[in-house]
Amino acid sequence: MHLKPVLTRAHRSQVVILLLAAAVLVGYGCGGSKEPAKVAEEQPAAEGPVWKPTGEEGTVTGKVNFKGQAPKLKAIQMDADAACAAKHKSAVFPETVVVNSNGSLRNVFVHVKTGLEGKTFAVSEQAVVLDQVGCMYTPHVLGIQARQNLKVVSSDNTTHNVHPLPKVNREWNVSQPPGADPIIRAFSRPEVSIPVKCNQHAWMRAYIHVVGHPFYSVTGEDGAFKLEGLPPGDYEIEAVHEEYGAVTQKVTVAAKASVSQDFTYSAGQAYHPSSLKTMPALVLPCCGGH
Amino acid sequence: MTALILAAFLWIMSIISTWIFLRRVWWPPEVISTHGAAVDQQFVLTLIIAGAAFFFAQLGLGYIIWRFRGRGTERASFWHESHKLEFTWTLVTAIVFVGLAVKGNLIWASYVVAGAPPDALTIEVTAQQFAWNIRYPGPDGRFGRTDPRLINDAATNFLGLDPKDPAGEDDITTQNILAVPVNRPVRIILRTKDVTHSFFVPHLRVKQDAVPGLAIPIHFTATKTGEYEVACAELCGMQHYKMRSRLLIMQEQEYQNWLKQRASM
Repeated sequence: MHLKPVLTRAHRSQVVILLLAAAVLVGYGCGGSKEPAKVAEEQPAAEGPVWKPTGEEGTVTGKVNFKGQAPKLKAIQMDADAACAAKHKSAVFPETVVVNSNGSLRNVFVHVKTGLEGKTFAVSEQAVVLDQVGCMYTPHVLGIQARQNLKVVSSDNTTHNVHPLPKVNREWNVSQPPGADPIIRAFSRPEVSIPVKCNQHAWMRAYIHVVGHPFYSVTGEDGAFKLEGLPPGDYEIEAVHEEYGAVTQKVTVAAKASVSQDFTYSAGQAYHPSSLKTMPALVLPCCGGH
Repeated sequence: MTALILAAFLWIMSIISTWIFLRRVWWPPEVISTHGAAVDQQFVLTLIIAGAAFFFAQLGLGYIIWRFRGRGTERASFWHESHKLEFTWTLVTAIVFVGLAVKGNLIWASYVVAGAPPDALTIEVTAQQFAWNIRYPGPDGRFGRTDPRLINDAATNFLGLDPKDPAGEDDITTQNILAVPVNRPVRIILRTKDVTHSFFVPHLRVKQDAVPGLAIPIHFTATKTGEYEVACAELCGMQHYKMRSRLLIMQEQEYQNWLKQRASM
């Protein structure tokens, strides 16, 4: 009996074309490109002409104080990965709460929350760098403008996995082996407090704050911040800390004036953003003696 | 000619496959646990039975292909509905394979279902994407309370230890380093924070899934000191291949010193 072929000649040629197309796509995908690619994200339309300084701008300065006893943190066990341990000679502590010797709080992001509505600001051409040094994100907290490039590099001899967890921007998750090209990305929308984790080293954490203007600052070893070049007006200034949450203050900036506005956090106000309801794990009943 | 090539392929393929197993080209590593020898015996017995069936079936198939190839001089005879023959081979196969399954499950149950000896050391192992969190109860022998709401990886509280529970003050935690004393029963309470993982120590012949929502106890006694690998044997995400821990098997005194050193970190 003559069996009808499953694939006719026309079908066969279609299959061959499809296979060739798949091979080309796979080759393109795996070949990689020498130039780090910037992923095009949906860009919000510009709202108006780009704002230009008039010479009347003012400044907001201040300090972020901390009251009370700083929580005692356990040292990071870097020997979870020998390549991380090799980069450190002494104990390394988490940067979740760092209180400076002058009683101020480090790693607080301070920015203009409201008061700049309707204004459009030029996006800096310079990329903001996030490095991975000794299995720690450096800096721990950074500010960036929406659509400004973020350049993630690694100084470590181990594979990292950079994984920001935004809520309104697009999430991404990219492995970075030793010697790999920098990862260059941008966030298209303003979003404060984007945690960045490393899927490989669970203790690694950075916070990226994306804003729609260049008026932001991150407190360092002296706990001070400075927002320069602000157009005169009424503003709401917000300080954001990963453990102690957000605090806002209202300020009025007069022409060519400098305003001072401090913030204060206290040890008792740590917050837990998740109110997850959980069940205890079931212990298997089968196993006598356990 | 085609029939001869096919028959030769079947014979050569079965001889090479059998040779690979006889020469132990791919073979489990050295066994270093008290129950491991029984696992290996079960493995070898299963391999002999299944391997013999495979080898002779392929040889026979090759012979039939060669004998009755398309020469047109001899016809193969066949018949249907021999109840006696069908009953016999079904029964023999069932006895062999049910017997193997029962024997194998008894060995598995000896370190999973049966309780650990009363003097066993208890260690909690909690998997997460992509690391192993190890917890020792400390000198008080009790684990402190944990609460998932307190989990803060960035502050190294990977398990959500409650700082207000005094039982947890002396708990010792490590990541990707599991130290156990040699020749002493060890009970592992296996948990996971996120997805299903599998705790696999090839040298110990221990493999057990970690299932979300369950605390699964297993136990073993290591018989040789040294450094070995704990791997995740369940595809758990992109970095699954990097999810590995070191298993350090030490003499009792060395283990106690190690615990003290870890407690001071």
